[in-house]
This record gives sequence, C-alpha cells and structure tokens, in this order.
Amino acid sequence: MSERDDFIIEARDVALSFGETPALRGANLAVAAGEIVAIMGPSGSGKSTLLHCLAGILTPDSGEVRFDGRRVDTMRETERSTLRRDRFGFVFQFGQLVPELTAAENVALPLLLGGARRAEALVRAGQWFGRLGLDGLQGRRSGELSGGQAQRVALARALVAEPGVLFADEPTGSLDSLTGEQVMDLLVASAREQGTTVVIVTHEPRVAACADREVVVRDGKVTSLTTERLAS
Amino acid sequence: MTVPLALLGLLEREPSHGYDLKRDYDTYFGRGKPLPPGQVYSTLSRLARDGKVVVGEVEAGTGPDRKRYVITDLGATELETWLGAPADAEPHLQTVLFTKVVLALMLGRDAAGYLDIQRAAHLQRMRELTEIRRGGSLVDRLLADHGLFHLEADLRWIEQTAARLGALADEVNS
Repeated sequence: MSERDDFIIEARDVALSFGETPALRGANLAVAAGEIVAIMGPSGSGKSTLLHCLAGILTPDSGEVRFDGRRVDTMRETERSTLRRDRFGFVFQFGQLVPELTAAENVALPLLLGGARRAEALVRAGQWFGRLGLDGLQGRRSGELSGGQAQRVALARALVAEPGVLFADEPTGSLDSLTGEQVMDLLVASAREQGTTVVIVTHEPRVAACADREVVVRDGKVTSLTTERLAS
Repeated sequence: MTVPLALLGLLEREPSHGYDLKRDYDTYFGRGKPLPPGQVYSTLSRLARDGKVVVGEVEAGTGPDRKRYVITDLGATELETWLGAPADAEPHLQTVLFTKVVLALMLGRDAAGYLDIQRAAHLQRMRELTEIRRGGSLVDRLLADHGLFHLEADLRWIEQTAARLGALADEVNS
C-alpha cells in the first residue's frame, strides 16, 4: 500500500478472528479525506468487521489501523471511546435512537456527551431538522417516527458534531427504495457540504453508486480496488 | 422499433410538423440518443405509405417542415393495440456476461477478475446515472431509474455468480 499523507483512515494488513473463525485475513484499505467509499461483498465476507476495526469498535489481532496518522488499534479503550465520540459519526441499520429521548435530544446527544451545554446543544441539533426535512418532528420519540424519519434523525445525530469520518453500516437496509434513496441523497449532500469522509458498508448497488469508489471484501480480504483497476 | 409508434403517439396528441415531433421525441424519449432528423422524415414517409398518417395542410414555403402530419384511424388503432399489449419479458438468458464467464472458466482464465472489472464498469455507469437523477427533471430521474434498476439486476447476478464460480467451473469442465 502506498504511503500518502492525505489518507485520513487506513487499515494495514488487518486480521481478526472470532474464536476459531477468521473474519479478516490481512485487509488493506486507505481512504482519503473527504472521500466517500463503499465497502461491498457477500454476507459473512468481513465487510462489517472491517468497518468496526476502522472505527475503533473492534481491535484487530494483528495489523494497524490509523486515523489521521494516529494508531487506533493500540489506543487505550478510554482514548478510543473519546475518538469515536468526538471524531467519528455512526449510522447503522436498526435501533439506533434512544427511545426515551425526543428526536431533538437524540440529535443533541453527541454534543451533550462532548460537554456542550444543553441549550446550545439543542439549538445546534435543531438546525439539522430543517436541513434533513424533519421540521416539526423535534419533540417526537423514536416510536412516533417512520423508518425514513428515524434514519434521518440518526443521520443528523451522526453529523451534528461535524465528525472527521462517518461510518455507515447498511444505512438504508431497512428502508424501501424511495426512502432509502432520500436518506442516501441527504447523507451524501451533508457529507460533501461538511467535507466529511464516509465509509459505508452496503450490499446494495444503488447505495454503492452514491460513493466515489467501491472496494469488495471477500474471505476477509479487500480483493479488488475495482474502480482504480478500471481506470488504470 | 418503438420510434414509429412513439411518433404515432405524439401525433395522436395533435397533428404536428416533423420538427416538432423530433423536439418532443428528444425531450421525452431520446435522452442521450436524439433522433436524427433524417430518421424522423423517413419514418413519417413509411407511416404515410402504410396509411397510418396523412399529410394535412401544407403551409406556404418549401421543405419538409412545412408539412403537418395527421394520424389516421389505422394508425390510431395500431397505437391503441401496442399501448395495451405487454412488452416481451425478455429473460436475456444468453447474455454477453454469461458467455464470457463460461468461456473464461472453460479456458482456465480469470473469471473472478472479469466479474470484478464488470462490477466496476456497472457501478461506474450507475454513478453517472445517479448524478443525472440528482439534478434532473422527473422525466430524467425516471429514465435514469430504469437504467439503474437494470444495472442493479445485472450486479445481483454478478454477485450470485461470483459466489458460485467454483461449482460452475466444475460443471462446465466436467
């Protein structure tokens, strides 16, 4: 893998097994700042595990993960937890919102956890409701939102603290195609506007087509940097 | 094949000059593939020869654009029949993709590599269509959607086949 200064996040020869079962077998991936990369691959290929290693949720057995030049895999858990809270945003497929909190409180959560005052956090959170077509829904709880609305609230929560990297794991997997498309359009537009790097795991070609390039994970390895191959 | 019928449809809406037909065809049906003017007039000539359109009032001046074409009952009937009939649900059973994969396996070539390159080519085209949908009118978006769904179907086949290459190699080489 080439050395480049503008890679914001990198996995180098990352391996991880769950018990006897290898999930990653020397995976390499480097993502440039501001880039949107889709990770594709069959079920069980290791694509979500790779994303979790990149995001510091899982620690690889071997290899390196770097964010902004810093080793993530060797950080202490408290340090990684702070990194995830302050520099990363997350969107998953299901059940992300805290059901006891309103939509506005859910969006404000990363700011509150980062030490912002409640009033200020709610004002900043509120700004996202108009941007994502959620006006009027600030006071609703997750059970009172449609799937598409809940996913847009989750997207707002992931981006409100202006993270360096947004990690998304099948973000439209539970939505119908039209709603999924709206969520992806908003995700891409918001990320571009903020200059946020996006790493997105998906098995849906239409989602991958929203990315700048795609990589394919097969049997625990990034087997093809396909767009680069096509261009070469 | 649909050009004569599309022109008949535009003429059923209202009698038109060839120029207007070309403009409307390109606007609604010819995105990325405008109809050559010569094809408009040759198609209209054939439709007139077959009694499906007639030349209505001819305006003063010269040139084909002075002619206003009008659909006939025969043309309207053909259009009605075509609109009500389902298009062939083409299964595309012998696609180029399939042929390349099978031949690659038979010849001991890199079938998985071919599928990777094909996936990238499909996704590149999907990216272009996704861009068209983002900035386009509803007509553009729905046309792009048609292409996207077809490419998506191919990609699902590519993934399915990539996961079964070993078994397929055994079968074609047995």
